[in-house]
Amino acid sequence: MRHSISLSLLLAVFWLLNSGYYTPLLLFLGAVSVALVMFISHRMDMVDHESQPLHLTLRIPGYWLWLLKAIILANVDVVYRIWRGNSSISPTRFVLKASQRTDIVKVIYANSITLTPGTVAIDLEGDTITVHALTRKAVEELKSGVMERRVNLLEL
Amino acid sequence: MEIMIDLLLNIGSGILLILGGFFCVSGGVGLLRFPDFYTRMHAAGVTDTLGAGLILVGLMLQSTHLIVLLKLILVLLFALLTGPAASHALAKAAMHGNLKPLLYRDKSTR
Amino acid sequence: MLIGVAAAILIVMMLALIRAFIGPTLYDRILAVNMFGTKTVLLIAVLGFLTARPDFLDIALAYALINFISIIGVLRFFEYNRPNFTDGNHD
Repeated sequence: MRHSISLSLLLAVFWLLNSGYYTPLLLFLGAVSVALVMFISHRMDMVDHESQPLHLTLRIPGYWLWLLKAIILANVDVVYRIWRGNSSISPTRFVLKASQRTDIVKVIYANSITLTPGTVAIDLEGDTITVHALTRKAVEELKSGVMERRVNLLEL
Repeated sequence: MEIMIDLLLNIGSGILLILGGFFCVSGGVGLLRFPDFYTRMHAAGVTDTLGAGLILVGLMLQSTHLIVLLKLILVLLFALLTGPAASHALAKAAMHGNLKPLLYRDKSTR
Repeated sequence: MLIGVAAAILIVMMLALIRAFIGPTLYDRILAVNMFGTKTVLLIAVLGFLTARPDFLDIALAYALINFISIIGVLRFFEYNRPNFTDGNHD
């Protein structure tokens, strides 16, 4: 139930933000649209703790801040290697263990790997992630488990 | 006082825009320069995350209406949410299409 | 400043187009087109500020969604119906 409420609130805010007109007719049309989308997503059976991860709400902003820092550092490194040329890169493909218990945190981990330039999660099967990395340094950084520990904090 | 804040906002936004432009161009150069598809993907990641992010935050500092600011945040959120999904789908499709990555070890033994 | 950024984005779009033309694999082309699309979103947003018409942001938002859906759609298509005109080092 609280997942439905959160999804409809989200959709309503999205409508109000994008419309910018607050006349009765348009507000009514917005309410109809929200109801329609709610009906469709219930039929698709996708209103649950995975599409609306409310249990993460309190912990996710801190993680985003940490991820932002990681993204900026990774970007600077990749840009440096772009200008240095191909001799400075050492592309590697390797398999990483995902020790997370829940699927959603596993997906957050894989997506964070993809979002930081220099590493891309190619495949996620069971509890192994196939990663392609631009440099050996990025491989070492992922294997050292700094990001994994940070992601695991979401699960506590 | 107000003029000071305006000036600071303009300078800040200018710096962010220039930096964003630089990161975008770097990503574009990497897209042409890197040796194979998988490495080029990392270059595209640079323009999609920090390049787009810096330019959009730079525009945010220049926005005069609240709704414009909120819409810029929405565009940034979309970019950050759809970016990894698209590059993951692309990498997975390439791997299932049997496109072999150029690996570091290959180069040294050749 | 805005004009400079718009020029930088146009340069990146040109670089992406070159990559889309020379390939060599299908995935390089899709990657380049995806990057072209995300840069178009940025260009529309910057142009909105340049011409002082922030309503352009709605178009940018819609374009971001269309770009994402179309890339996923094209990838789905090529993952399951692989045509025989792909070049590069496929086996």
